[in-house]
Amino acid sequence: MSIITCREALRAAIDEEMARDDSVILMGEEVGAYNGAYKVSQGLLDTYGPERVIDTPISEEGFTGIGIGAAMAGLRPIVEWMTFNFALQAIDQVVNNAAKMRYMSGGQFRVPIVFRGPNGPAEYLGSQHSQALQSLFAHVPGLKVVAPGTPADAKGLLKSSIRDDNPVLFLEAEMMYGWKGEVPDGEHLVPLGAAEVKRQGRDVTIVAFSKPLKLALDAAEALAGLGIEAEVVDLRTIRPLDEAAIYESVTKTSRCVVVDEAWPFASVGSHVAWLVSHHCFDELDAPVELVAGEDVPMPYNHSLELAAQPSVQKIVEAVKRAAYM
Amino acid sequence: MRREKDWLRQMLLIRRFEEKAAQMYGLRKIGGFCHLYIGQEASGVGAISALDLSKDYVVAAYRDHGYALACGMSPSSLMAELFGKATGCSKGKGGSMHFIDADRHMFGGNGIVGAQIPIATGVALKCRYRRDGGVTLCWFGDGAIHQGAFHESLNMARIWNLPIVYICENNQYGMGTDFRRVSSVTDFAAMASAYGIPGKQVNGMDVREVSRETSEAVARARSESMPGFLEIKTYRYRGHSMSDPAKYRTPEELEAYKKQDPILILKDALGEAGQITAEEYAAMDAEAKALCDEAVRFAEGSPEPEPSALYEDVLA
Repeated sequence: MSIITCREALRAAIDEEMARDDSVILMGEEVGAYNGAYKVSQGLLDTYGPERVIDTPISEEGFTGIGIGAAMAGLRPIVEWMTFNFALQAIDQVVNNAAKMRYMSGGQFRVPIVFRGPNGPAEYLGSQHSQALQSLFAHVPGLKVVAPGTPADAKGLLKSSIRDDNPVLFLEAEMMYGWKGEVPDGEHLVPLGAAEVKRQGRDVTIVAFSKPLKLALDAAEALAGLGIEAEVVDLRTIRPLDEAAIYESVTKTSRCVVVDEAWPFASVGSHVAWLVSHHCFDELDAPVELVAGEDVPMPYNHSLELAAQPSVQKIVEAVKRAAYM
Repeated sequence: MRREKDWLRQMLLIRRFEEKAAQMYGLRKIGGFCHLYIGQEASGVGAISALDLSKDYVVAAYRDHGYALACGMSPSSLMAELFGKATGCSKGKGGSMHFIDADRHMFGGNGIVGAQIPIATGVALKCRYRRDGGVTLCWFGDGAIHQGAFHESLNMARIWNLPIVYICENNQYGMGTDFRRVSSVTDFAAMASAYGIPGKQVNGMDVREVSRETSEAVARARSESMPGFLEIKTYRYRGHSMSDPAKYRTPEELEAYKKQDPILILKDALGEAGQITAEEYAAMDAEAKALCDEAVRFAEGSPEPEPSALYEDVLA
């Protein structure tokens, strides 16, 4: 085990997979000579050269589609979006091409490509740069959507995503890049589609993924002081969703709080809450709670932007409601 | 001359296939969108004749029947696809706009205007990266050239020296809109030159000119790993799709183009050169019609996809 940052874990995943397979290339804005807008790709240009670490112009639709075409023809591109907010420029290519090519060709194409970058709010970035857009991509069959919440999962899931033969949306978070954690040395793969119980508990299930996982774990710690033992289920992959792991936990605890920093309307969080309500109806002792981002664009003001996001306090309150406390 | 006769045979096959498709559409054997290639045959046949599909690629838009046939896909698998049958080239799940044969390097068939242009550019990136000598032909229309995807792709193809030939097949109308009403320039080669890519206009009613010019552009893309651009001036006889009565143009305009019909031009030229007799041509045409009749029989006799096919091929 080494203690490294999420940024280093992601870089190690890309580095190892590029070393292992020459069909893996990295492309995006500032990934090469600038060493990455968030320094995830630092040093990779020196190691692999400009044919494999490709600086693109600011043309998200174009280079996203170019990555998809290269994937259809046999490469394994990693397309870095400087943030998922800019992915909206490219969403036609993701939804209409990457997600559809296999199906509408009757299974002739594989599209092994990873679209990755920071998603969700950071700090002081305003409405256009603070969006958690997982629900848009998770809506679409033909895509996989992955959202690690720890450095170890970031490395293991990214390596699995690069090896996957399908288009994978890989959600990182700017605030997480500097987070440190234990990461296994050597080959470390985490399978897609497998949730993990990050904390055991018997009283309530908190379902979370990506950056809010830390909030859920902190809330569980605070709840322990109140005598409530919360179990924290980290989805890790949003699509395909590990429904069995969620139901197993809720069957044990009979109460469920879902945390998703995206807007609540038609979101991953609201869908998971509905699934639990439907499939665990007989086991539930209270309505399923959803802690989501507030249903507003993100304001610039810091206290307002914090108020717009899930927090430890909001999760604790939701758990108390679910426990009729 | 053997090549030219082969082009004539291919153009006739496309013409008869499209006529048959229209007939089957009228009988409601085919549904949804169906964009016919009648009038544009010389463009697809001439340009694709410049390729070696063991290493080259074709990436196209939704009016894709002609390219598929020119790439050597069987009329039966294509008609079955139009009928939505399990034996179709895309198992009946693609339809008219998604004629695809990945093994033949015919990468389709795309229903979003201009969305195939970055895809084609990415295929060319693969060829450049692998140094495999392949060239990609990227097809789109005069409507798609105003999409950002076109402009972004040409810029990147040029800065990365990708072996690709962009073909703007200008059939004069983006759906019902005369291209002159919505284009800042009428010679689209100017748009390519804005990105440092050489381009020229080609008479798309003459298959020999299309083949000659495309061969030159493909050879340059292959040897110099440089993108190229051709505007192939052509004309579609039918509406944009089956529901379009094409009232935005005059009957006189249509008749004028029909006088320079690509099949008639080549047939007459070969006849004058003593290369083909009326009997040979009639036999060639009969053969094309027979292939299309057989395609309909095959499609009619083919099974519907199993209900389970609904859930297949979503993911690899």
